[in-house]
Amino acid sequence: MGFFNEENEEIAKEIVSRYPVARSALIPLLHLAQEQEGWITKPAMEQIAELTDTTSVEVLGTGTFYEMFKFHPVGKYLIKVCTNISCQLLGADELFEHVKTVLDIEEGGTTEDGLFTFEEAECVAACTEAPCFTVNYRYFHRASPELFDEVVVDLKAGESPLSKGCADDQGVMPEHGTLSRVRQQIPKTRSAGIKHPEEIKGPPSWIEEVV
Amino acid sequence: MVESPLQTGYVKHAPGFVENEGPKLITSRFKHTDSFTLDKYLSTGGYEGLRSSLNRLPNQVHDEVREASLLGRGGAGFPAGIKWGFPPEGVWPRYLVVNGDESEIGTYKDRLLMERDPHQLIEGVLIACYALGLSQAFLYVRGEMALAQERIALALDEAYKAGYIGKNILGTKFSVDIVMHWGAGAYIVGEETALIESLEGKRGMPRLKPPYFPAAIGLYGKPTIVNNVETLSNLPWILNNGASAYKGFGSESSPGTRMFAISGHVKRPGVYEVEHGVTTFRELFYDDNFCRGIRDDNELKMFIPGGGSAPWFFQEQLDLPLEASAVGAAGSMLGSGAMVVMDETTDAVKACLSVVRFFARESCGKCSPCREGTTWEEKILQRILDGDGRPSDIDLLLDIGDNISPGPYPAAAFSDEGLDAVPFPPSQTTICPLGPSSVAPIVSAIRRFRNEFEALITRRDPIPLSLKVEEVVT
Repeated sequence: MGFFNEENEEIAKEIVSRYPVARSALIPLLHLAQEQEGWITKPAMEQIAELTDTTSVEVLGTGTFYEMFKFHPVGKYLIKVCTNISCQLLGADELFEHVKTVLDIEEGGTTEDGLFTFEEAECVAACTEAPCFTVNYRYFHRASPELFDEVVVDLKAGESPLSKGCADDQGVMPEHGTLSRVRQQIPKTRSAGIKHPEEIKGPPSWIEEVV
Repeated sequence: MVESPLQTGYVKHAPGFVENEGPKLITSRFKHTDSFTLDKYLSTGGYEGLRSSLNRLPNQVHDEVREASLLGRGGAGFPAGIKWGFPPEGVWPRYLVVNGDESEIGTYKDRLLMERDPHQLIEGVLIACYALGLSQAFLYVRGEMALAQERIALALDEAYKAGYIGKNILGTKFSVDIVMHWGAGAYIVGEETALIESLEGKRGMPRLKPPYFPAAIGLYGKPTIVNNVETLSNLPWILNNGASAYKGFGSESSPGTRMFAISGHVKRPGVYEVEHGVTTFRELFYDDNFCRGIRDDNELKMFIPGGGSAPWFFQEQLDLPLEASAVGAAGSMLGSGAMVVMDETTDAVKACLSVVRFFARESCGKCSPCREGTTWEEKILQRILDGDGRPSDIDLLLDIGDNISPGPYPAAAFSDEGLDAVPFPPSQTTICPLGPSSVAPIVSAIRRFRNEFEALITRRDPIPLSLKVEEVVT
């Protein structure tokens, strides 16, 4: 029995097929596993190893380098407050303390109801819109403690707070693990054909014409 | 064209970009709320640069880009046309990796370009692939940028279906696949060899150069061009309007425009498209057309001119033009186009710790001067702020910096204090510049605000939250 459900296994194979070398799909597949389960489990790493022609230790080795991958369960909503300089200049420390108080957890912790995990974020490229926090990597710009409180109320009520975010983002707030709500799909009839680098010997045809 | 929940009921744009007076070469569509759709792109001149390229020979397209003297926008500022000429002759296949891993402190431009005009970027990718005979392109988007990933995935799907990407593009022999790849949270992956490692499914640790110059030995050991999102986003305009028209903007050594993100204590922070090399820092921070001055009309204390890795500037440097060579000679860099403005209420030691902590956390751990050094720097600065500072700590910080980056470290000149500028870039005992970057805030802050460090070191109670200067510090 593999880890991925039937639908995700198909998606996983499709992702692998886009790369000239299977191992390149390793990070996208870890994301897919996190999307299915909310965190990275051992069976997930085993199946990713099979799909990418690596070992589960190599999958673990790569995965633990990147902070977005969680190797233990986390909350349904991952709240990250940026505490880098641009945000700090405009009140990120105060926002950080506020979030800690409201959720009543330490940084890195998860609330007892399993709803929220709270972390510090490194600069998320919203510096002119400081201070900033994200929920499952969805942006909330120029954030006040009041805005944070409103977002928490929405999430607890099962409503999407995205319209309160200043990002031009809207729709449903996905659960932790889902990043893009759209997947790239290369139509088979349109693909130029993806080959292993060793299968390509010379320049592509439109360059040959010139030579 | 593509059915998506994102394209219905869409109402507003994120703030960030400021539509001011001045030429708009790469942000011209930002004002449209549907700027990311293929329809809008086509109705505003989209994919004309590609058509124009396909009517020429690939090397002619390369010549046009070389002629435009387009400087790389990722941080190093290397001319793209020259970088494109580096792959060794006769070695195939060759790849393109688009660096969309924007994570430098204060930097906010590539995310906007990916979210608001993904087709412009895709067109730039196609032009590069055509000119250089690249077999496949990988668009590496930072993991945390969920919306940018959505917009790019949608745009790629639309462009594939409409025949702009894939097999026999627009009925020609030109065929290429573009794959969106996404990271998982690591600043260091913005370094080009680490980006390639990450794309190969490994830990994102930089490779040693030489021999691993990407243009020679890159992705899968093959020649690879790594270009920044903003660099590629300039190509459609250049191919549409020509290199000479492009050079009509900006200065001779830095043509065109650049996107600058000005954050911190200014009245109108934002991302601005600015003529390269012409405008000065003072105009950018104080003019009505740009940031409109410092908040509460406070005095400017210091500013970071080009991302967290850049040594700080002060009032003395305000009249420098936004030009790589001038800023480099003055002891810093324009880097990623990120400026952080700090007013007189800012505590220099806390600001220094904030930047250093970022590098300490983001060090990949490969080289010991960086892995150990950045952590020591953070701990020492923290203990100074905790009221446990030692008189030797200032010299210790400088000594650690000298081990990561030996010799005189780049710094700004202070005319009234008789200190000369030390030109950029710093030396390094590490594989990549991350470690040496952590020295920038330390040397800058100690050189200018040694009294603040000394005052804190003699103090015995911890400093409370926030970057504000405490009363006791004079």
